[in-house]
Amino acid sequence: MSANLPAKPAPVTLDPWSPLRAGTGARIALGRAGGSLPTHEWLDFKSAHAAARDAVHNVFSADELAGEIAKLGMQTLVVGSAAPDRATFLQRPDLGRRLDPPSQQLLEAFVPPTERPELAIVVSDGLSALAAHTQAAPLLAELLPKLSNDGWRLAPIVVARFGRVALQDQVGSLLGARVSLTLIGERPGLGSPDSLGAYLVYDPKPGNTDAQRNCVSNIRPEGLPIRAAAETIHYLLTEARHRQLSGVQLKDQRVLA
Amino acid sequence: MTAYHAAGYTFHSLKELLAKATPARSGDYLAGVAAENDRERVAAQLVLADVPLARFLEEQLIPYESDEVTRLIVDSHDADAFAPVADLTVGDFRNWLLRYETDAGTLAELSPGLTPEMVAAVSKIMRNQDLILVASKCRVVTRFRNTLGQWGRLAIRLQPNHPTDDPAGIGASILDGLLYGCGDAVIGINPATDSVDAVIRLVTMLDELIQRYQIPTQSCILAHVTTQMAAIERGAPIDLTFQSIAGTEAANASFGVNLNLLDEALHATRALNRGTVGDNVMYFETGQGSCLSAEAHHGVDQQTLEARAYAVARRFEPLLVNTVVGFIGPEYLYDGKQIIRAGLEDHFCGKLLGLPMGCDVCYTNHAEADQDDMDNLLTLLAAAGCNYFMGVPGADDVMLNYQSTSFHDSHYLRQLFDLRPAPEFEEWLESMHVVNEENHLLPIGEQHKLLGVVEPH
Repeated sequence: MSANLPAKPAPVTLDPWSPLRAGTGARIALGRAGGSLPTHEWLDFKSAHAAARDAVHNVFSADELAGEIAKLGMQTLVVGSAAPDRATFLQRPDLGRRLDPPSQQLLEAFVPPTERPELAIVVSDGLSALAAHTQAAPLLAELLPKLSNDGWRLAPIVVARFGRVALQDQVGSLLGARVSLTLIGERPGLGSPDSLGAYLVYDPKPGNTDAQRNCVSNIRPEGLPIRAAAETIHYLLTEARHRQLSGVQLKDQRVLA
Repeated sequence: MTAYHAAGYTFHSLKELLAKATPARSGDYLAGVAAENDRERVAAQLVLADVPLARFLEEQLIPYESDEVTRLIVDSHDADAFAPVADLTVGDFRNWLLRYETDAGTLAELSPGLTPEMVAAVSKIMRNQDLILVASKCRVVTRFRNTLGQWGRLAIRLQPNHPTDDPAGIGASILDGLLYGCGDAVIGINPATDSVDAVIRLVTMLDELIQRYQIPTQSCILAHVTTQMAAIERGAPIDLTFQSIAGTEAANASFGVNLNLLDEALHATRALNRGTVGDNVMYFETGQGSCLSAEAHHGVDQQTLEARAYAVARRFEPLLVNTVVGFIGPEYLYDGKQIIRAGLEDHFCGKLLGLPMGCDVCYTNHAEADQDDMDNLLTLLAAAGCNYFMGVPGADDVMLNYQSTSFHDSHYLRQLFDLRPAPEFEEWLESMHVVNEENHLLPIGEQHKLLGVVEPH
């Protein structure tokens, strides 16, 4: 190479503050091509968005998940909400809050054993089928033994396609349960396509408001890990059962204790 | 109430006519107020075009007696300002807006004579290019520590959110934004916790930063208005007070606010007298669908309700107002097409009503939208003269879990349309050697002064 040729300018200008990335998950110090996003950073963003999109649109295999739950020793019932497909489900949250007629008949026909069940658990794809498939069975594997130790009488676990959180009201009410717990895929963030949420309500019945529910969110290995989530849900269920309430009146006071 | 008839369709009220004339969007279907099909929609638009503008002063969509937003709209209407268009129909109002003669001065004088319903009505019969052209004629300039909204200027809100409000994490994102020439609209944090202590801690941190580097900008912590007012009472250095608002009294009540409370907030914030070049101290966010989401929509379509929120905003002479257009989700705006249309409508309606409109061009991961859609809306709104956009590191808000626009996006627009930051902020950026006179970013050396914003661990 001739010494007289000027060095080619690098196409990307790097940012010298990249060490600050250690302190935040934000996409800082990405560098720039002119004033625009460099190629690698742009494609990295696309890749995260693709994962989130796939989490929303992946097919939910309710039967497969029911099979995994059955292996934990639980009876299961597979149902569908009134939303017939994914596009309708996304635009009509009201349909995701109630069962389709055959599912309603299925639950109505269910004859509880001699005593009324205390807890109805619903597992649903919600906004991330990936989360339901990845986190729900391991979470139940942690949670069910705790509930069994405490003598909870459980209804069969309901696996629901295209469900919203409030579906727990109709399901819990049809099964005659005192408490309803929903494990449902949360709206995926760019870095969290597989985040599961848990919602519980005392005295499930259609018309309950979100103020009557308690929520444990961001359940995934990089967020709230399965074991910690199971402990929190167990704590909230125990309190709801004992105090016969849920929602804003039921706060997690373990930190204060 | 008058019924309206055309082409075999009957519309029983102005409210129904407006809803059915609205370009299709999921939220109006969810509310059950949308036209059944395209023919009914266009029939409604044809009828709407013949409705006199003055009709909106006679028939209220939500009763005067039961809604303080309606009372605000009716009681603050300026008949003299309305006079130039008082005899026009909605259809001829569109023509009037598009005339060469209708310029920034005409529109500014007209603004107090317009009601949100008139503006929403005309927007429904306008195509996207009309919304862009007319909005681009409007200039709404506001001031606090700098001057926003002038011709040829584009400001950016630096949004350095962090999931646990960690000061080092927030500081890193602020540094990133400043070194990318952003933050003139406001440095505004959405706190993870809505508490007085958190507001005081964060706003004090921003105040120290702004003072230390003499940055000609303002700060805001986007907590509930009552939380910010409590912080003011405790002596916190609050520049701007923020609140989310909506277009009905009931929806505002679901946000825990009313007009009196916002009045108190305005006066408490102004009393601090912290602005240097002006006293616009309020920051509002809005978004189509919020009334329906609060079950407080009175059967009115979501776009008209959004315009009514702007009547609330304009009473308080805000520095900044932005629609958060794609945040609410696909049940209100389903895809890129609907989000883009709504963004253009909101900007147009806000500007015509005299507001310093910005836009959070954004989407969630369950909407049928992606970066290409956001690029389209961003470009169209910049062409329309939007006052400001959001600046989020890499467009990825790690606290609110949605995608907005990035610092890089602002440089795309600055190059494309030759747009410059607020004049005071531009001067500061040049003095700090962040940008050059050509508005290009300069390489940042490891010894750059601003790198001291975040202390090394």
